[in-house]
Amino acid sequence: MIDKVTNLKAAMGEFVHDGDVVVMEGFTHLIPFAAAHEIIRQRRRNLTLVRLTPDLIYDQLIGAGCCRKLVFSWAGNPGVGSLHAFRRAVGAGTLEIEEYSHFGLAMRLFAGAANLPFMPIRGYFGSDLPKVNPAIKPFVSPYGGESLYAVPAIMPDVAILHAQRADSDGNVQIWGLTGVQREAAFASKRVIVTVEEIVPGGVIRADPNRTLIPGLIVSAVCRVPFGAHPSYAMGYYDRDAEFYLRWEEISRDPRLLEEWLRDWVDETPSREAYVERLGRAQLEALQPVPHYSEPVNYGRYR
Amino acid sequence: MVAIAEPVGLYTQSEMMVISASRSLRDGDVVFVGVGLPNLACNLAKRLHAPSLQMVYEAGIFDANPERQALSIGDPCLAAGASCVTAISEIFLFYLQRGLIDVGFLGGAQIDRHGNLNTTVVGDYSHPEVRLPGSGGACDIATLAKRVFIIGRQSKRSFVDRVGFVTSPGYLPGGGRPAGAPGGGPKLVVTDLGVYDFSACGEMRVRSLHPNAPAEEVRNKTGWGIEVPVDVTITLPPTAQELRILREDLDPNRYYLKGEQAP
Repeated sequence: MIDKVTNLKAAMGEFVHDGDVVVMEGFTHLIPFAAAHEIIRQRRRNLTLVRLTPDLIYDQLIGAGCCRKLVFSWAGNPGVGSLHAFRRAVGAGTLEIEEYSHFGLAMRLFAGAANLPFMPIRGYFGSDLPKVNPAIKPFVSPYGGESLYAVPAIMPDVAILHAQRADSDGNVQIWGLTGVQREAAFASKRVIVTVEEIVPGGVIRADPNRTLIPGLIVSAVCRVPFGAHPSYAMGYYDRDAEFYLRWEEISRDPRLLEEWLRDWVDETPSREAYVERLGRAQLEALQPVPHYSEPVNYGRYR
Repeated sequence: MVAIAEPVGLYTQSEMMVISASRSLRDGDVVFVGVGLPNLACNLAKRLHAPSLQMVYEAGIFDANPERQALSIGDPCLAAGASCVTAISEIFLFYLQRGLIDVGFLGGAQIDRHGNLNTTVVGDYSHPEVRLPGSGGACDIATLAKRVFIIGRQSKRSFVDRVGFVTSPGYLPGGGRPAGAPGGGPKLVVTDLGVYDFSACGEMRVRSLHPNAPAEEVRNKTGWGIEVPVDVTITLPPTAQELRILREDLDPNRYYLKGEQAP
């Protein structure tokens, strides 16, 4: 197998291009912030960004001018309020939007991952969403004539994910919430994964049920500890709820947002530097008390 | 079952709202839970009269058993200790669309007299006055859950005659459900002023008013001519136990009941 391990700067430079359709997933959990910051530093432009919950990560990319179009299903600051860079861009007409429900957008990725043209769902009846998004189409089932809606497959150019661990072949293991990461990876032409730890292949093979994404479809693996901060990595660090609250003030004021992007992204060249700047103590305070699952016996057959 | 009221001191209208919502949940219900006020109401019900209530979250969680207050819909405390953590696709395909959800519990919306919800936009879609977050799972839950409960603070802006944008469908004028929608539609709306249900014509009506909520205020904070019967039922006030669990265990930092100190 080819060693997929590389550094974040090289991976983003090689695999993310201006104008790409990019999906960066992780539902509250494992949001790939470090990778997004590298995209901002590399000044990528005209990206179509796909994500169920744009969250702070896309508010930052929008604020930094990387995004031309947003495909999403819930654009808020979870538990806090609004995404202000997103709202300003929509208000100014500088950001094209295409929106779904969570189910609809998850099924777009599902269809892409399964190489189908669309997925049928029992949804959108009586909703105005299909009126503003003509990609959501009603159709009649060829089996019994039921009314359904279809959402089209999406096959992004690149998926960017963060995970707890992978081996150098790119076999990725995630525990806790797995969101739509598997669908996003299989739907995309290229897959880049940042991880808390790179582990020997034997660790992966000893627990194959936990492998969410096989190395087969992974282009690059980068070791980026704390790469999901201020979101969380189950078992490694908790969500930085304070930062999500602070983002309300930062993103509300375009000048504060610009200063934040300058200080924490442009002038902070790597996630290591970000961690140093934030202070190890603050990150260590986010570490949960360890709580292990019971090991399972797979047996040995030879 | 409703806990028998012991005499209690003061409480806020928001506390009354969450407590009356919690009483509407039945033991054994499988509830698709929105974060915030629905989450408080479900956890309160689970601590009291509905210990076998099973909480499902769109993040991919079945039967959560959180040890702390969840600050977001994907909080690690909801995944740790749950019966099952699975892909978002599976939660929507196999749990919700499969018909396993008894109650879809939604919050934070603009609602109209027919139970249609707007969380998308106020004003023109392309040039909005206010851009809201969008559907999330709400459109799917409103379409597919057997019963839909809605909780939120009541004002003339949130309780409107007709929403400008239907994100999540309720009833058609006249009472039917949109063709094709498998779920039963909205059954209950709980606000800081009262509890509402829906007539056979799919129109919201008063079921009870909370103590300290005058009929006049209810009419003023409703965007259509809602009828408040003279002999309207008054919601049972909170019990000491309900208030203690809500204040001390579920929202000790007033994260969701913010802006209102416990009296």
